[in-house]
Amino acid sequence: MENIYLAIVLGPLAGAVVAGLLGRWIGRGGAHWVTILGVATSFALSLVVLWHLVVEGAPAFDGSVYTWMTAGGIHFEIGFLIDRLSALMIAVVTFVSLAVHIYTIGYMREDPGYIRFFSYIALFTFAMLMLVMSNNFLQLFFGWEGVGLVSYLLIGFWYERESATFAALKAFLVNRVGDFAFVLGIALVVMYFNTLNYEPVFRVAPLMAELSIQVVPGMDWSVVTLICLLLFVGAMAKSAQIPLHVWLPDSMEGPTPISALIHAATMVTAGIFMVARLSPLFEYSPTALNVILVLGGATAFFMGLVGIVQHDIKRVIAYSTISQLGYMAAALGASAYAAAIFHLMTHAFFKALLFLGAGSVIIAMHHDQDMRHMGGLRKYMPITYITFLVGSLALCGIPPFAGFFSKDSIIEAVHASQLPGAQFAYYCVLGGVLVTALYTFRMFFLVFHGKERMDEHTRSHLRESPAVVTVPLVMLAIPSALVGWYTIRPILFGGYFGNSIAVLPAHNVLAEVGRDFHGPAVMAEHSVHTPALWLALGGIFLMWVVYWLRPALAGILRRTFLPIYYILEHKYWFDDLNEKVIAAGGRLMGRLLWRIGDVRLIDGLMVNGSAWLVGRWAAISRRMQTGYLYHYAFTMLIGLLLFLSWFVVR
Amino acid sequence: MTFELFIFYLFAAVLVFAALRVVTVRNPVHAVLFLVLAFFSSAALWLLLEAEFLALVLVLVYVGAVMVLFLFVVMMLDINVAVLREGFTRYLPVGLLVGLAIVAEMGLVLVRYFVLPPGSAPKPVGPDFSNTRMLGDLLYTHYVYPFEIAAAILLVAIVAAIALTLRRRPGTKHQDPAAQIAVRRRDRVRLVRMDAEKKPE
Amino acid sequence: MITLQDYLVLGAILFCVGVAGIFLNRKNVIVLLMSIELMLLAANMNFVAFSYFLGNAAGQVFVFFILTVAAAESAIGLAILVVLFRNRRSINVEDIDTLKG
Repeated sequence: MENIYLAIVLGPLAGAVVAGLLGRWIGRGGAHWVTILGVATSFALSLVVLWHLVVEGAPAFDGSVYTWMTAGGIHFEIGFLIDRLSALMIAVVTFVSLAVHIYTIGYMREDPGYIRFFSYIALFTFAMLMLVMSNNFLQLFFGWEGVGLVSYLLIGFWYERESATFAALKAFLVNRVGDFAFVLGIALVVMYFNTLNYEPVFRVAPLMAELSIQVVPGMDWSVVTLICLLLFVGAMAKSAQIPLHVWLPDSMEGPTPISALIHAATMVTAGIFMVARLSPLFEYSPTALNVILVLGGATAFFMGLVGIVQHDIKRVIAYSTISQLGYMAAALGASAYAAAIFHLMTHAFFKALLFLGAGSVIIAMHHDQDMRHMGGLRKYMPITYITFLVGSLALCGIPPFAGFFSKDSIIEAVHASQLPGAQFAYYCVLGGVLVTALYTFRMFFLVFHGKERMDEHTRSHLRESPAVVTVPLVMLAIPSALVGWYTIRPILFGGYFGNSIAVLPAHNVLAEVGRDFHGPAVMAEHSVHTPALWLALGGIFLMWVVYWLRPALAGILRRTFLPIYYILEHKYWFDDLNEKVIAAGGRLMGRLLWRIGDVRLIDGLMVNGSAWLVGRWAAISRRMQTGYLYHYAFTMLIGLLLFLSWFVVR
Repeated sequence: MTFELFIFYLFAAVLVFAALRVVTVRNPVHAVLFLVLAFFSSAALWLLLEAEFLALVLVLVYVGAVMVLFLFVVMMLDINVAVLREGFTRYLPVGLLVGLAIVAEMGLVLVRYFVLPPGSAPKPVGPDFSNTRMLGDLLYTHYVYPFEIAAAILLVAIVAAIALTLRRRPGTKHQDPAAQIAVRRRDRVRLVRMDAEKKPE
Repeated sequence: MITLQDYLVLGAILFCVGVAGIFLNRKNVIVLLMSIELMLLAANMNFVAFSYFLGNAAGQVFVFFILTVAAAESAIGLAILVVLFRNRRSINVEDIDTLKG
């Protein structure tokens, strides 16, 4: 089996290396064939692994394949932990990646960076797989940084565009904040557990629960809480939780396939996956869980709101992604790790679908992303329309689409949670349902229904996208519709994850939810009696009225809620805060350090100051150097006299 | 007062007087001559101390060579003594003060620390004792390494003194034996073919 | 009876005369050199006296070496003096201030 795991990881890497280094010789066709072959191999093998683990019931694999080095008793290894959690993630990652690879052939057809692009996304798949399959913190960090790097490269893929390079830089810098905390967390793990591997850490974690550390003198902090919070700050940056979410909307500067693969389906979920993976650690810190719960809930609701006022189709989906990541984080905080991973999986499908659908629309619109220029596309692009509708319904949580099951489970789990912040988070995620419906169907109606607002030239060229684009759409639409129905029972309530996810009995909200679970059909039927479904339907209905029946209402609504609109328009001023307070403050501090610390203190006082002192001292002491022999002789004799006097007096 | 004591005081007085004259006399030539006198007196004192070899070396080498060298240099150089004597009286008090202070302190130290127990005076050596042999024995066995170094130092001093004072003045005529030996025929002889007699016009 | 102290005091006086000579003849290099000779002589006097009174011949060996080094020193000193005079037409110490800071 070890060879299969290796092949899963190395397939995309080989593709990336071949396409990246030999791209000039193998050409465009060669580049996409070799990378698709690599990722397809990985996908096929991941299914084998999944089959092996789930159907044949093989035990989890935890072993190292290569020892990089050993220092101070700590082993730096490359190793795999393949259990049902990582197997599921591998399957999802490789599947979405494969779909995106195929889709890219159509989307990037005319781009000069075609080969480079394929090399990047294959490299991304490799890094993501390393992250997911890791059995130790070091490799986790490697994958974590690897996906960050590729994300940076791909957001700035069109590097001629200033906005793209700025967005890439922003993503990189914001992620750096998180990575800093992440590294600190790993360092704390090494400090207290003296190992980098998951297994011993998980084994010892219960004993460490009571341990405390004094970071600020006089204040005892729980070590586990500190580790978890630091690691979660890393996850906040990667998974775009308030307040480190600011890079994700801007990352839409990258090509759409990338938005689908990296910034919706896989990379941004790395934080969610990491917390689920480390659940045996997080379980022992209710404080950290509570923080995650509250932040997740807030992100789910407030970031969704911003999506309502965006005009760029991709930005709407980007805010939707942040919001959905908030749902997952809330589920993590409520200890419903399985629900978070379940939502992660369904979200990967339908969000990738929505992004690729948006990409298809963008192709048709000649790379115009402003929804105010669209409308009535339904009759030109029927396949895109239908698949987009499936994705939207899944996103809004309408039964029996996939999103319904995962999202409803999260809402129920948060409702059942006993943590102090659960009440707040519950209302957030519940409100989030309405908000999700609002922005999704606002976008849907604006794009596919209503008046055709594009110019004549664009209209005359409107047609359905080619097969390489629509096939992945269909490929993703099917699981978006069905995967929830068929997998909710085993994943959430059937103990699919076994012991790969640990939940303390006191936090086991899913067991509580599971008592009322009697199959997907009953759940769908029961949803009629829950507020969530009615909120979603109400939202859809409202948007139907506003954007289809009475388009004039939109302007009236905007004027009525002008203050709120104003706040949302400015995205709660997070960008302004970052630019004017944090970045400007950083620049101010840098300038102060430069002017005072560097120029005055180091250069002025220490470097030039010491030279000046030597110069002054020399200017004074040069008067002693008369050059006259007798002065020197006199000095020597005086010295002799003094020595003698000392000798006598003593 | 024994005869030895008398000799000691006599030569000590001459020594101090000569030394004082060395530093106070106006003419450098006189100063050198007083220095010679001082060396002679000390040599006499050293004889009293049974250091016959050193006493003779002092007279032969120091007076015979070094002092003559001094004398030679002083006489060779055309020195304006008046300029050099400037400030002599001005610095006299300071010099006296420092000198007397050092004498006083040294005396204090000597009186306090360098008292030998009475009756520890050495026995006079026998008539067949050779101070020179004893020094030779020591120098060529125990101190042979420093002795060689001293020889090297002297050699270096010779070389340095010559190198310092040697100067090659341009335009002087002197022989260069190396060039004379290395000379070739064609440097000196040139064969010119010419008619034995002039042809009539 | 002549004691060790007699010789030591004589050496001290001799040494101080040398010191005073340096102070008094501050301009004349030749006299300076001679003063140094006096001080060395004082040191030698002490060595010989110690050698005699303590019965240790090492003192005489030291005097031997000091004489050697002093001879070398005078030779080089005088050579420098000659060169100096040749270049400057003067042996006045006040003229020799090239090292002045």
